[in-house]
Amino acid sequence: MNALEFILAGMLAAATPFLLAALGELVVERAGVLNLGVEGLMAFGAVLAFIVVYHGGGHLLSFVAAGLGSAVLSLVFALVALGFRANQVATGLAIGILGQGLSALFGKTYESLTVKGLPKLALPWLSEIPLAGRLFTQDIVVWLSLAATLAIWVMFAYTKVGLVVRATGENPKAAHAIGYSVTAIRFAAVAFGGTMAGFAGAYAAVVYTPLWADGMIAGRGWIAIALVVFGTWLTGRIFLGACLFGAVSLMGLAAQATGLDVPSQVLASLPYLVTIIVLGIISADRRLLKLNGIASLGEPFER
Amino acid sequence: MTNAVLDISGVSKRFGDNLANDNISLSLGRGEIVALLGENGAGKTTLMSILFGHYVPDSGKVLIDGQELPPGKPRSAIRAGIGMVHQHFSLAANLTVLENVMAGTESLWRLRSDTDAARQKLEDISTRFGLIVDPDARLGDLSVGEQQRVEILKALYNDARILVLDEPTAVLTNLEAERLFRTLKDMAREGLSLIFISHKLDEVMAAADRIIVLRGGRKVAERPAKETNKAELAELMIGRKVARPVREPSTPGEVALKVTGVSVSIDGVERLKSIDLSLRAGEILGIIGVSGNGQATLAHLLSGTVRRDKGDIVLFGEPVGDLSVEGAVQAGIGRIPEDRNNEGAIGEMAIWENAVLERLPRFSRHGLVDRSAGQAFARKIIDAFDVRGGRPATRTRLLSGGNMQKLILGRNLIDRPRILLAAQPARGLDEGAVAAVHERLLQARRDGTAVLLVSEDLEEVMALADRIQAIVNGRLSPAVAADKVNATKLGLMMAGEWNEEHEISHAL
Repeated sequence: MNALEFILAGMLAAATPFLLAALGELVVERAGVLNLGVEGLMAFGAVLAFIVVYHGGGHLLSFVAAGLGSAVLSLVFALVALGFRANQVATGLAIGILGQGLSALFGKTYESLTVKGLPKLALPWLSEIPLAGRLFTQDIVVWLSLAATLAIWVMFAYTKVGLVVRATGENPKAAHAIGYSVTAIRFAAVAFGGTMAGFAGAYAAVVYTPLWADGMIAGRGWIAIALVVFGTWLTGRIFLGACLFGAVSLMGLAAQATGLDVPSQVLASLPYLVTIIVLGIISADRRLLKLNGIASLGEPFER
Repeated sequence: MTNAVLDISGVSKRFGDNLANDNISLSLGRGEIVALLGENGAGKTTLMSILFGHYVPDSGKVLIDGQELPPGKPRSAIRAGIGMVHQHFSLAANLTVLENVMAGTESLWRLRSDTDAARQKLEDISTRFGLIVDPDARLGDLSVGEQQRVEILKALYNDARILVLDEPTAVLTNLEAERLFRTLKDMAREGLSLIFISHKLDEVMAAADRIIVLRGGRKVAERPAKETNKAELAELMIGRKVARPVREPSTPGEVALKVTGVSVSIDGVERLKSIDLSLRAGEILGIIGVSGNGQATLAHLLSGTVRRDKGDIVLFGEPVGDLSVEGAVQAGIGRIPEDRNNEGAIGEMAIWENAVLERLPRFSRHGLVDRSAGQAFARKIIDAFDVRGGRPATRTRLLSGGNMQKLILGRNLIDRPRILLAAQPARGLDEGAVAAVHERLLQARRDGTAVLLVSEDLEEVMALADRIQAIVNGRLSPAVAADKVNATKLGLMMAGEWNEEHEISHAL
């Protein structure tokens, strides 16, 4: 397998943790809330999922546990930031650190243990195309995340719920005057974001690299937040961004495999470097950010 | 004019295809107040920005005391004695008045800040011009009117002799505006020269010595205030005759809404105190009062976003208890909120999305929004209500204030509401748009809608309303028939004097 084939085959799987977490954060931000705790929510979901699978609970149950666990943790954030109108940045950071702490605590006895991942499913016909066919042999979670991407795009473009969530984020006062409960919508959005972050963490811990190591999320939650910004709050761009990061993180491995003489730390830091560069490029065009930026992002709602 | 302190001659400025200023000249004498009158987009602000050095004119020059001002240099403009009071203040909320005024006046290289001298100078200025504020108050704690005073003081502290005020009354209540104009006249008497930008006819007639009318980037007229009148100015400003419509006689129908003894408290403060009102189909009931006296709460009560403490609300003969927003919409109550940018429309969303948000159940099936029906609905509003400058997919933010208000009116009136709640519907709009909004309200009245008009504009209420109640400090006066009152009596009612009915008639 050459480097290109390697990247094509693994890109979508590598992208999935970014994608799931970023889709969740997209919904949260579209409702006007900035939750910076994604990294911790992912770490918490990851450890819950790993424990469930290790003790024989199976993958389905592990995703349920991770989703619920991270949703509960994100509701703590919602309670403080939305209920008591605390500063969202500070609260999000605190919940993130809490999540990482809980993850380290629960994961202590599982350090370096491994579990079994998920089998890959090949799409008939498509997976037989030479080279590009590599893209079409993936595990079930990857296929489901692609479906989730499509669903969220449809939600914002065509559904009542999507319209109301956007109205809440752009102008909570008007949404309130029209008769929607801003606080309830924002709570629901945050819980959804938490669930998705939990799924993302679970995928990283029990499917993508089915091995427990403390700090295994390794900044992917932060990249997911950056993805939402550099996808300029558009579902399609966030998907492309996630694929880019998936590909870049594999490039490091591919380069090592070809025997390129570059320190592995440099290769491992590639995704973060790319984040900074892409954010820089996007921010150079202020129009892109301004056009789609959420008007009330991070501001508490008061009647 | 030889003794002019300011001479602007032949200034032109082009932005792309748009000639914002076309060969404009004007002069300003010492101690004179000149009003620059024009609709939005007439070029007033561009001209003042050239004067202040924010823009470089394509041609023409600015002379101060006969000396040419270098173009595009705000610092030289300040040094030459030009002070600018912007519509949106450039003040820091966390600093005190004194700190705000001093900011930027001292060299950064000096370690000590000469606060005592500055305080003395500020106090001298504020007593001389009657601009009283506490120098140690935190700016954020002051009212908007007081903040504006600080902005003026800041300009005077920098030794301004020519003061430019950009739409100074846009953010003020009527009372504050009157106080401001008294101050401006005092300042002129003290030898300052003033230019103020406005599109309100009342205030230019009341405050200016001379009025310069701009339209489409050109100076179309210049009149001493004594030799003109509002009708002429309105025509000059708009370029055609515009008359605000006046209600014709009619017979109102049944009682649509009856409120008895309702009180509402918000955060422990009683905002409405046992109010009574009754509104009939096919009539306009005017609620007049200086803003901040409970109008907002009254509007929120009837649109279902606040709860009452006590009292009864009866809609079409049925007691309803508390209204919910959904209940209000279902009962056929259309709402035009006071703050159209914050509550009326969502600027970042498309026109059609704003048109359907309030009635999503009608435009969605199985959770999916029917885009084409929504866009058709928006197109219908745009056509019927003459909303200019946008198609259904345009971002609402791009509409002018008048057109945004037409959109909000349209989405409410197109369904023929049984009750229309219009809070300050014409505030901040230019003359043409005001006439259009008024005509729509009267049309609704003819169609049998019961209209509740909340306003602080005496003239608006007297022209449109059948009956008038005043709102003062959360209380509502009894209703008086509009053809039996005059401005003086309404003024007294707005001051809260309605209890001694015979005394009022005595005073007249």
